[in-house]
Parts: sequence; structure tokens; C-alpha cells
Amino acid sequence: MKISFTINGQPQSVDVDDGNTPLLWVVRDTLNLKGTKFGCGKAACGACTLHVDGEAVRSCSYAVKFAEGKSVTTIEGLGTRENPHPVQQAWMEEVVPQCGYCQPGFIMATAALLDKNASPTDDDIDRNIINVCRCATYVRMRKAIHRAAELTQSSNNPANQ
Amino acid sequence: MRHQKSLYAIPILFLATILFATNFNTSDLSEASTTDSSTMTIVSDDENFDKMMAVLMHKRCVNCHPSDNVPKQGEDSHPHYFGMSRGEGNLGYEATNCNTCHQHENDDFSGVPGAPEWSLAPQSMAWEGLTRVEIAQSMLDPARNGGRSHHEVLEHLTEHELVLWAWTPGIDAAGNPREAPPVPVGEYVEAVTAWFEAGAVIPAE
Repeated sequence: MKISFTINGQPQSVDVDDGNTPLLWVVRDTLNLKGTKFGCGKAACGACTLHVDGEAVRSCSYAVKFAEGKSVTTIEGLGTRENPHPVQQAWMEEVVPQCGYCQPGFIMATAALLDKNASPTDDDIDRNIINVCRCATYVRMRKAIHRAAELTQSSNNPANQ
Repeated sequence: MRHQKSLYAIPILFLATILFATNFNTSDLSEASTTDSSTMTIVSDDENFDKMMAVLMHKRCVNCHPSDNVPKQGEDSHPHYFGMSRGEGNLGYEATNCNTCHQHENDDFSGVPGAPEWSLAPQSMAWEGLTRVEIAQSMLDPARNGGRSHHEVLEHLTEHELVLWAWTPGIDAAGNPREAPPVPVGEYVEAVTAWFEAGAVIPAE
């Protein structure tokens, strides 16, 4: 079964035996994009979060067939070393990661949140950022999310810089 | 002495009659109320109402008709993990919502259930904790059922893919099949249709 979609801005086609194969498996094992992590495998921890058409999705519970014709963004496509996404920049400024394993999922979930809500409150963060971090970096992440909101607003309005 | 013996015989005969009648009724009921995944208990005169409500009160339905804005999960109807709640529009929150995890089909790799239009029922359609009569009253009340006519309620109950998902609920993360409602889908559709055609009378209980 051939599935065609765009990933990180590049057109891509994959052949899979089963269209129900999780998108996560295809991203990691077929396309060799290892930034998206396997955590629980049952859409509970959020380590596998990526974007499909701009929406945060748990890719372990997302059949690759649903990606047909859509635009997929992984952590590798969010920003670059030279030009990191505001969420990545904020994560570095606040030195958020500890072991780091879950962080790509948190970053992708946060980027999706800021797309919808440019200035999230703590309550907004609590409701939307429900991934799991075994190192419990939640306090630093909260600071980084607020910082990312500032950076996003600054980049959208250079007069604020 | 002989007279005293005959006095004992009267209550013994009476007791034997009661025991026979009780035994007769019990065996009769045990046939009518045998339950497994394909049969259901008949508990009132309106068999169609009984069949319909046996389905509508099942966890596959009520889990998404919560009274506290918190979706329920699983066979034990526990609150949805990670604080997921109704949000605006019955779909969760702006960046983390039903479709973050639930798609249009069950996902057997992760055990995450899915169906078209996966969402909570609106708050006005809260059924959790209600009796079956209260649920039926709510279902027929345009002020609470989204302004639906009887015909539209019938369509929702018998044709909506999300409702019919209850009979193909998939497997959980451990690979265990989710429990389907206690009435086969065809029998349920027939019962609901017949109940509406008969005037959608809610029995007094």
C-alpha cells in the first residue's frame, strides 16, 4: 500500500504492508527520523507527538493511512540549529531537558498550543500540555512555555523586541 | 390428637403451595432473564423500551454522556486519564483534544478507540447517574436533546456511526476486547424503531 504525504516540507511516499501501521513507526523506522520518540505506545505519554496539518497528534495511535495527502511535521522540521523555533529557543534558554527523551513530544505539543493560543495561561498549559516527563521537568517547561510565547509574540511584532 | 394433626396439615399444605409457586416462577424467570452478550433481561411490559435502555445505559454510551464534563474510560468507567475534560465544543482543548489521540477508526496497535465524530455528548445530554426513565425523558426533550424531533433522535440512535461504534468497540491497550452493549445491534435497531413507531411512550417506573 502506497501512502503519499509531505513531511517537514518534503513530498514523501512510503510503501507499507498494512495501512494501519502507526505513523510513528514509519517516521522512525522507514524515514529514519528518530527525534519523535516511542514512549508508551498507547497514546498516553505524548512522547510521539508530531503535527499533522498543524494539529498535535499522538503518532503511536495514528494509522499511517490517515496521513495520505497531509502535511506532517516532526521535531526535525520545526526549526534548525541556526534558526530554532521559538519553543526550541525557549527550551534552551530555560535549560529544560534532563534526560531529554520526552522533550520532543512536549516541544511539538507546545508549538501546537502557541499556534492556537499565543499567550497561554497556566490553566491553558495544564489543560493542553498533558504529556508525561519521568524526570519531572514540569516547572522548567512551564517557564519555557511562557518564554516561548514571549519569543513568538516578539517575532510576530519586531517592535516589541 | 387426630384433630391436632389435621391442624398442622393446613399450614404445611399452604407452605407447599407457596414453595411450588415460587419454584415455578423462578424457573420461568430464569429462562426469560438469562443474560449473556447476545441476550438481555426483560424487566417491564415494554420489551422494546427495555432493549433500547439496556443499550443506552451501557458504559459504551454513558462513558461519553458524563454529568461532570469528564469523559469516562474503560469497563469500569474511570475518569479519562490526564485530566481530559469537555472543553469548549465538547472536543477537549484547543491543542489537545479528542483527535489528538482518537481517529476515525479503532487503532488496534495502541488500543485507542476511534470512530467518526468522536466527541462528548453536549452537557445538556448528560446521562451519567440518571435512571433509564430520566435518560429517556432527556432524550426526547428538545431543550436537552439539541432540538431534535423524535425522527431525528431515532436517526441518531440507529444510524449515527459514533453510536453504532458501540458494537465494534475494538480492543484496549492490553489487547482485551471492549464489551459491547447487551443487545445485538440489529435487535436494538428494531426495538428502537418499533418503540418510536409506537409513540415513544416512556413507561412509569
